[in-house]
Amino acid sequence: MIRHLLSTADLSRADALLILDTAEEMARLTAGRSVKKLPTLRGRTVVNLFFEDSTRTRTSFEVAAKRLSADVVNFSAKGSSVSKGESLKDTALTLAAMGADGVVVRHAASGAAYRLATSGWIDARVLNAGDGTHEHPTQALLDAFTIRRHLGPLDGRRIVIVGDVIHSRVARSNVALLSTLGADVVLVAPPTLLPLGVEQWPVEVAYDLDGVLADADAVMMLRVQRERMNAAFFPSAREYSRRYGLDVRRFARLPESAIVLHPGPMNRGMEITADVADSPRSVIVEQVSNGVYVRMAALYLMLAGADDDVMSAQEGAA
Amino acid sequence: MSRDLSDFRTVLSEDEISRALSRMAHEVVERNKGAADLVILGIPSRGVPLAQRLATRIASVENVPIPVGALDVTMYRDDLRLRPARALERTDIPAGGVDGRTVVLVDDVLYSGRTIRAALTALDDIGRPHAVRLAVLVDRGHRELPIRADHVGKNLPTSMRENVKVLLEEVDGRDSVLLGDVSATRAEGTP
Repeated sequence: MIRHLLSTADLSRADALLILDTAEEMARLTAGRSVKKLPTLRGRTVVNLFFEDSTRTRTSFEVAAKRLSADVVNFSAKGSSVSKGESLKDTALTLAAMGADGVVVRHAASGAAYRLATSGWIDARVLNAGDGTHEHPTQALLDAFTIRRHLGPLDGRRIVIVGDVIHSRVARSNVALLSTLGADVVLVAPPTLLPLGVEQWPVEVAYDLDGVLADADAVMMLRVQRERMNAAFFPSAREYSRRYGLDVRRFARLPESAIVLHPGPMNRGMEITADVADSPRSVIVEQVSNGVYVRMAALYLMLAGADDDVMSAQEGAA
Repeated sequence: MSRDLSDFRTVLSEDEISRALSRMAHEVVERNKGAADLVILGIPSRGVPLAQRLATRIASVENVPIPVGALDVTMYRDDLRLRPARALERTDIPAGGVDGRTVVLVDDVLYSGRTIRAALTALDDIGRPHAVRLAVLVDRGHRELPIRADHVGKNLPTSMRENVKVLLEEVDGRDSVLLGDVSATRAEGTP
């Protein structure tokens, strides 16, 4: 097992499956029992270090850490010394002095989590909760977990990811993870919303959504990230929605068993219509509860064991 | 288990394991005065098939189905921080739960007692049984906690340098209990 969870590209197939299987047990362990808490991380401190706004990811990590009995410290940029100009390094040193065992970090700069993990500023395990437009590994893990629960193993499954790929750390993490797990990934977006070098990714690229729906096993709609758009990427919201939005007409073209995912928060009426978002085959609400299990699994695997990294030595022995 | 077991000697054969389990099944029923409200929970990995065998035997003696499940104690262990994080095993509590019932915990080897301590804590979070009893195939001694088994397949005096290896058809392809020198193998059967 890896020491830090920075990127899904770092995960071997065995690591990824271990996290998903552990999440499955977390779901079973906390469902339908009188005490939902597990004592496993008692006495460990998890710091939620959020330099960017987030409700669901931060809350999800907080719930996950608390279900494992860890102490949780929430540290957000607003109302902290960061708004007074403190650097990432000084913030990290402060956290180290407070004895953080795990740091969950979200930052607007791509690579912030990597910097925190490898700079030597802190000993804590680092879990990336989104860094710029780079990666958001636990989101991809919860997406894979959700798809696997509905469709079984991902090998050979066709997963269509639609929309604002260029700004999407969710898409990046998903492409790496889903292809490691053996799925075929199709990206659908207007050319302006595809990143440079996408032809080197292990994916198929399409510009026409209608053409790929008939043999999709799952469709993941990405949020159009207006806050990251400082230029015109498409003519109008209406046109985007007409060509790349998932409405009832397109939904009807999907196979009966196909499911619809969205990482949230949704722009209803933009990339997805309300009736599709609320349909029984939309698993968007389930993704949120699965997020807690996946994050419990990641926290358990990163923080429960011995401090020194001897994890890979035992791999396979369990 | 591809490890070489040639240095090990057999202390329980397939037939002896079968007879021990049959005797334990009768003991459990006798102690419980019937099979009412029994729940059999195996501790992974080898406690689970043993629990299933025990439940099958009790069911055939008493002619009633016996709820049987699995209780993984990994998250409750006191030695979590001494070793790398381990993969979790399946926990499967029968639909009726454990509240007010007599739970029989089943494990292959009783050694330090720490696994059972963890199982008791885990059980605490699941419900409140009327009573908890412990059935083990082998009691090898060297307890580190005040814990004892109610039903024992075989008491096996060992030295701490020795290693007890339980092989079961469901996991290992054959039934037998082996005893060997700890220097030959490590980690397996440790507390």
